[in-house]
Amino acid sequence: MALSYISPQFIIERDASRCIACQVCVRQCANDVHSYNEEDGLVSSHSLNCAGCHRCVTACPTQALNVRLSPLDFRPHANWTPSIITNIYKQAESGGMLLTGMGCDQPYRIYWDHMVLNASQVTNPSIDPLREPMELKTYLGSKPEQLEFSQSQDGLELDTEIGPQLELAIPIMFSAMSYGSISFNACESLARAAQIAGTYYNTGEGGLHPDLYKYGANTVAQVASGRFGVHLNYLNAVAALEIKVGQGAKPGIGGHLPGEKVSLDISRTRMIPQGTDAISPAPHHDIYSIEDLRQLIFALKEATHYSKPVSVKVAAVHNIAPIASGIVRAGADIVAIDGLRGGTGAAPTVIRNNVGIPIEMAIAAVDQRLRDEGIRHRASLVAAGSIRSSSDVVKAIALGADAVYIATSALVALGCHLCQRCYTGKCNWGIATQDPYLTKRLNPNIGARRLVNLLRAWSLEIKEMMGGMGVNSIESLRGNRDHLRGVGLNQVELDALGIKAAGY
Amino acid sequence: MAWADSENRYKQDKVYDACGLFGFIDTTGAKHDGNKVVAALNSMKERGNGLGAGYAAYGLYPEFNDHYCFHTMHSDEAHRLELDTYLRKHFAVVHDEPIPHKHVQEILDPPVVWRYFLFPQSAHMVGRSEEDYIVHEVMHINSHFEGSFVVSSGKNMGIFKGVGHPEAIAEFYQIQNYQAYMWTSHNRFPTNTPGWWGGAHPFGLLDWSVVHNGEISSYGINRRYIEQHGYCCTMRTDTEVFAYAADLLVRRHHLPFEIAAAVFASPLWSDIERMSEREQRIYRALRQTYGRLLMNGPFTIILAKSGVMMGLGDRIRLRPLVAGIRGGTLYVSSELSSIYLVEPEIEQTWMPQGGEPVIGRLGTAPQAPQEHKQVHRVVAQGVEA
Repeated sequence: MALSYISPQFIIERDASRCIACQVCVRQCANDVHSYNEEDGLVSSHSLNCAGCHRCVTACPTQALNVRLSPLDFRPHANWTPSIITNIYKQAESGGMLLTGMGCDQPYRIYWDHMVLNASQVTNPSIDPLREPMELKTYLGSKPEQLEFSQSQDGLELDTEIGPQLELAIPIMFSAMSYGSISFNACESLARAAQIAGTYYNTGEGGLHPDLYKYGANTVAQVASGRFGVHLNYLNAVAALEIKVGQGAKPGIGGHLPGEKVSLDISRTRMIPQGTDAISPAPHHDIYSIEDLRQLIFALKEATHYSKPVSVKVAAVHNIAPIASGIVRAGADIVAIDGLRGGTGAAPTVIRNNVGIPIEMAIAAVDQRLRDEGIRHRASLVAAGSIRSSSDVVKAIALGADAVYIATSALVALGCHLCQRCYTGKCNWGIATQDPYLTKRLNPNIGARRLVNLLRAWSLEIKEMMGGMGVNSIESLRGNRDHLRGVGLNQVELDALGIKAAGY
Repeated sequence: MAWADSENRYKQDKVYDACGLFGFIDTTGAKHDGNKVVAALNSMKERGNGLGAGYAAYGLYPEFNDHYCFHTMHSDEAHRLELDTYLRKHFAVVHDEPIPHKHVQEILDPPVVWRYFLFPQSAHMVGRSEEDYIVHEVMHINSHFEGSFVVSSGKNMGIFKGVGHPEAIAEFYQIQNYQAYMWTSHNRFPTNTPGWWGGAHPFGLLDWSVVHNGEISSYGINRRYIEQHGYCCTMRTDTEVFAYAADLLVRRHHLPFEIAAAVFASPLWSDIERMSEREQRIYRALRQTYGRLLMNGPFTIILAKSGVMMGLGDRIRLRPLVAGIRGGTLYVSSELSSIYLVEPEIEQTWMPQGGEPVIGRLGTAPQAPQEHKQVHRVVAQGVEA
């Protein structure tokens, strides 16, 4: 084999005075970075394979290990950066597309970090969430434009029927991650957490494992272009359905599940042969236009007797406002929009890093467009694509989202260290892998607890921020852009977000 | 540019103010002169700072019962003539005159104040109902006419307001000379906007009038919701949002006042969970459908339209509201003392709970709520539309 031009990205530092050669690191690393030499009784490391996931560092009982970025420097060049050079080496060696995992890692502007929140001072009181009610309850689904009442003998009667709704105790759901892209234990952690926290998790496009049907009341089931695992029982087992048109990490292309991850269980759940790549078609081949989408929405509603809201998930792309308007008019009850920085288990790097627009811009544009057209009530809006903290949630809702989806944050709660190697199937944290030796590292009881803790912590923070703004109900924050100000944004960006600059 | 915009020199989203409110309705229909309301409001001088006061009166113009009455303000006579021409083109003006007023030492540079009695020209209505046409025209004038402003636009009612203390404004308009079965009034303490006559309360549209004490923290979304339904928030005040929201819910969506109150100050989810299944369905639907009209933050309002007056405070009672009854007259005020001042023989007084509407209707004797009566339980008893 010819010499590879790729140099290690990380340096593994092992403190020999601390290492007791217990070989925990050897066993913990699925990338075979660490090896034990029986002859001299020492553990050594082969850093070229290191993903930078910190599993060995975390597991080392004597804190003998550290992993840091290799300081290996190319001659500085603003145009030809190390990652660009290295990518060319990789492609020259493999002749293939570069794959990656998780969301876009490029330094596009993160608008969440350029918006600040308001608080009450003097002229109106802030509300203390420790002493006053603070309401986060959220209903997702189509709402009527107005209610009609009639007078009966018993008093007032509501004549308007409201369609099926999802009731969320907090305006945060777990976004779509398929069984296949993540482990069963990760799926079960999400499902249990959703049940405990009074919210929903999303199956992704991988179908629903029989052992997860019991969480159906807290499940949103996806129907994607590959139709993996879609059958009548699946549709009827859950609380809501979601047609996946696009994903923020890879707008315009379908899902990629490498055959390495298609185990027996996954092949059964997805209804595909074991070990085969599960590559979803780029478009739905029964949706070539908006009226086709309408047919699929209503096919799903018919199949489930109009008992569940139907969501349509799209990636945030340039014309997202008219696209969302079309989706609402096509009959969707929920529109989920996934931004540029949304995560994935596997995507071509070039797509992940270059296609789509930030979710902040998309939500602002869509909320305003639906209002301008007078159809905002017809569907709920869910923002996805890198919601990293409770303040991101608050800002997304203030821009106009009804709720948010989180996925990367949820995986981080489960132990993910953002090494971005999900596509290899060698996740040392037992999340993005199907290797039983690795998946058993994630205990669903502990995982669910960590997720519930995260949601609890965020909801406490959200209540604190709302109280400061002087509102005690999330619907008074929703679309209330008066509570946002931009810092360091130009006027075009401010206008696109529909907010004022700080100081105004 | 509209007058409201040019007066909004700091481009504020809304008016930040705190205020004193007083209102009453004589449900027998008997009329009272303006002395009572002026005395009551004046007793709460501490609640204003001289930057605005105003009065709304109902039953004012029986001789023009069937005509809309536009009370207008103009920066000068030239601007009045401009609007005059417009009004004569778009309406049939049956009578117009200056609103009688008297020069008062405290008041410098008052605007030209006028009133027009008119009805719509059907040729211009292009499919709109008469009331929708009035709304459309008032919105148009207030957002496009520099130097002119329509203060009130209802039938048999009018709003008198300006920059000054309550007694000065009363003297300017000679409020004591008017007879009305229902009066509401407002004394203003704005904290940042320059005193502008159009920005004082009451705020009016059609025969709606609103006086408001508070700052609505949910204003941003309330405004966007209302704008979606064709209203323009020309004044940038949270008060006008109340008027438009009331118009939308009560006039256009035909909801009873009690239900509108349950939208503005909706019961908490935890309260709804304790209701009967039937009520749960109603209140859940109200919050799901009209959640964006929840007025969140401290407020007390007196909302009035011909024949009905409603006092309402926010759901966690951050601003004061007291009510009282004597005979057929229902009083609401920011302070109990003001009611006692003008009605020492008051029979009953009480402090309504947060979100509990106090409603007086012409022809129906007012009643205090039962002791510990559950808020928002109007549905079980039925209400008058």
